[in-house]
Amino acid sequence: MSRDETSLLFAESHEWVDVTQVDGAQVAVVGISAFAIEQLNDLVYMDLPKAGRVLTRGEEFGEVESVKAVSPLYAPVSGEVLEVHQDLADHLDQLKDDPYNFGWIMKVKVANQDDLGLLLDHAAYQKQCSEPS
Amino acid sequence: MNSLLQTTPLDAWHRAAGARMVPFAGFEMPIYYRSIVAEHQACRQSGVLFDVSHMGRLRLEGDGAAELLDAVLTRRVTDLGLGRTRYSLVCNQEGGILDDVLVSHLQIPSGKQYYLLVVNASNRAKIVQWITPHLERFPFVTMTDRTELTAMIAVQGPSVLAACGRFFKFDANRLRYYHSVVTEHLGKPVIVSRTGYTGEDGLELIVRREDAVRVWENMLLAGRDAGFIAAGLGARDTLRTEAGMPLYGHELSESITPIEAGLKFACNLDGREFVGSEALRRVIANGPGRVRVGLVPNSKRVVREGAAVLDRVGNTIGEVTSGCPSPTLSHPIAMAYIDDPNRASGEVFVDLRGEKVPAEMTPLPFYQRSSST
Repeated sequence: MSRDETSLLFAESHEWVDVTQVDGAQVAVVGISAFAIEQLNDLVYMDLPKAGRVLTRGEEFGEVESVKAVSPLYAPVSGEVLEVHQDLADHLDQLKDDPYNFGWIMKVKVANQDDLGLLLDHAAYQKQCSEPS
Repeated sequence: MNSLLQTTPLDAWHRAAGARMVPFAGFEMPIYYRSIVAEHQACRQSGVLFDVSHMGRLRLEGDGAAELLDAVLTRRVTDLGLGRTRYSLVCNQEGGILDDVLVSHLQIPSGKQYYLLVVNASNRAKIVQWITPHLERFPFVTMTDRTELTAMIAVQGPSVLAACGRFFKFDANRLRYYHSVVTEHLGKPVIVSRTGYTGEDGLELIVRREDAVRVWENMLLAGRDAGFIAAGLGARDTLRTEAGMPLYGHELSESITPIEAGLKFACNLDGREFVGSEALRRVIANGPGRVRVGLVPNSKRVVREGAAVLDRVGNTIGEVTSGCPSPTLSHPIAMAYIDDPNRASGEVFVDLRGEKVPAEMTPLPFYQRSSST
């Protein structure tokens, strides 16, 4: 099933969130936006979190490295990491081609429903990206 | 946009081509167009064009110009033959590096000779200021800053001579390595040098500002079948790092001497006195206090500028000055200064953002093309 970019939520720090229901619990699938991947250019390394780690919203959970720079990844929601996309680190070239499907990084059990309300919808995120930095 | 930044004559071309522009040494410069790695590989495999118009271009002419340069450059200029180019350093009294430069001895068609000094963009004002007092002792010498009247284009890669050489009135295939000539491209005046900063063969062109776009597009067209593309400063940095070439502000600074930087070859001290020569003789006699090395970290992560180099027990023994992933070697590479020249080989550790990672010290360069002509 292909994820629709326009129905995702976004953090100002460029992570995307797809809110799904698993066994009655809310699970956030997290990745990095196409815009951020394009800005980073030529990814060479990604440091992934470990399953079981409990994240707080805004906490650094990993890093992504391009030829020019290292960028931290921030947790868009609080909660326990349920699953990590282990194949991703070895296939960073595919991340650029398919950031919203193949590019998922981790699944987080949403601990606080209010976190989701603090995220941007697609239109608001696009607006942020089009503003000069 | 920062209005204090200058733009090069190729600025509109870069933007139309979709380049990502960044501030660099007071200029807005392309960091890449599509991909740093793709631009890097195009340079190693065929050819790329860099806009290096931000570099400073100073012209010195008149009776005594060679003697004046001889007094401030670490290499002799008075014996620099017509049509030759030399890599040299400008040092302060303490032997610290003010800049690394290329000096060329050129002749315009009317027969008049002059010297051209190509300096780093970030050091241009400083070097002009440094040379100006020397002009008093050489009343017939004039120095002209040609930077804003001209553009500079580096065309680099193994296919460059074959693809572009014949498009100059003086066929650049006849130009030997580290030689330069004042000639024409389709009636437009151009200085062609067989030099570069990538570890590949190639040419560096200086043209009039108004001719920049035309010459740039013609070189791209000449290399179209060979796969030439435009490349930005990102690829220029990874290419020079693989080639082990120092960059001012990273491996070179006013507190580092050429001897420490591994640039003794660019210091001609035999029977010469120039600014800093005494200090350099002292450094050679006493032995340098540190040494520049290559580093290959045993990690997928890139060790970057400023990272500490550590010994087995965690003492700091040096510092990383440049680091990047090597697209040619497919692993990270770095350059560093090691404080004890007797310990400049073998295994060390680097502080990789808090993690102690083993690294191998290696001789430079990391990459060398198969034949230097």
